[in-house]
Amino acid sequence: MTLTVAGTPKEYPDGINLTRLIELEKVETPMYVTVALNDAFVESGGFEAAVLKDGDTVEFLYFMGGGR
Amino acid sequence: MAFSNEQLTRYSRHIILKEFGIKGQKKLSRGSVLIVGAGGLGSPAALYLAAAGVGRIGIVDADDVDLSNLQRQIIHGTDDIGRPKADSARAGMLAVNPETEVRAVRAFLNAGNIMDIIRDYDFIIDGTDNFPAKFLINDACVLSGKAFSHAGILRFSGQLTTYVPGRGACYRCIFKEPPPPEAVPTCRQAGVIGALAGVVGSLQAMEAVKYLAGIGEVLAGALLTYDALTTAFRKIALPRRDDCAVCGAHPSITAPVDYAQAACDLTA
Ligand SMILES: [Zn+2]
Repeated sequence: MTLTVAGTPKEYPDGINLTRLIELEKVETPMYVTVALNDAFVESGGFEAAVLKDGDTVEFLYFMGGGR
Repeated sequence: MAFSNEQLTRYSRHIILKEFGIKGQKKLSRGSVLIVGAGGLGSPAALYLAAAGVGRIGIVDADDVDLSNLQRQIIHGTDDIGRPKADSARAGMLAVNPETEVRAVRAFLNAGNIMDIIRDYDFIIDGTDNFPAKFLINDACVLSGKAFSHAGILRFSGQLTTYVPGRGACYRCIFKEPPPPEAVPTCRQAGVIGALAGVVGSLQAMEAVKYLAGIGEVLAGALLTYDALTTAFRKIALPRRDDCAVCGAHPSITAPVDYAQAACDLTA
């Protein structure tokens, strides 16, 4: 199935959930990433249950604390 | 208020823009911006906003200039080492434009003083380097109905969004609460390229200019990310959280909150 992750469409195994996608994408701080799935936030407790389907769009939003 | 000939010359490249014009310049000169942090983001933002003719600028910082700051904090010079950053930044702004009224605030913002400090300003720029401060600024701006620019930088990446009351997500909609200290890398641990701070701080200044002058569209309801290594900008639409603790329908946060400061951030 095709997912658009961080703006780029790519092929992924059918039926993976957000937890697996986070592993496949090697997200650096998986505990603290904010995930938007098709323009809605998914709570971190809901990653396991969020089974992805063809055409889904996923964004990872990362904490960036610097500024000085 | 009429501009002098000297002012017309100083701001001529603004005034010549038909979308901006004398009208835009007048709005800037009547406007005010508070910049929190005279560092990597705050330095370019302060210089551009002073140069642009913003009428009143506040600059908040409790630290002194350190040699390790100068790689990116371009409002300070080598001769400023050891001097309070707020004072050094004020001098830098006045050197560029003596007509701007600049207030230096040598303080750490906290839940007790932030509402009073931001009250007098139209727009706030978050140029801080730690999550407790970023959440504090977000909450205080949401609670007082002020527009502000959030930005963060790390290594080779940066992000920013502009909060405008009633027009989309706040910072807390995206990141519900600060991560535990040390859970995510900070600049000090991870490093940052000076020019990256320049790009992102300049974007913040541009947001303030647009907001004050009433031109274009500010970056509300979206997060702009910048990856310097691949030169990729992305604008990600942000959903709003109806259950956001501060801007949601039934907020649980009704006054600013102090979070424990990560120890590693104290001397950044
Ligand atoms: Zn919110």
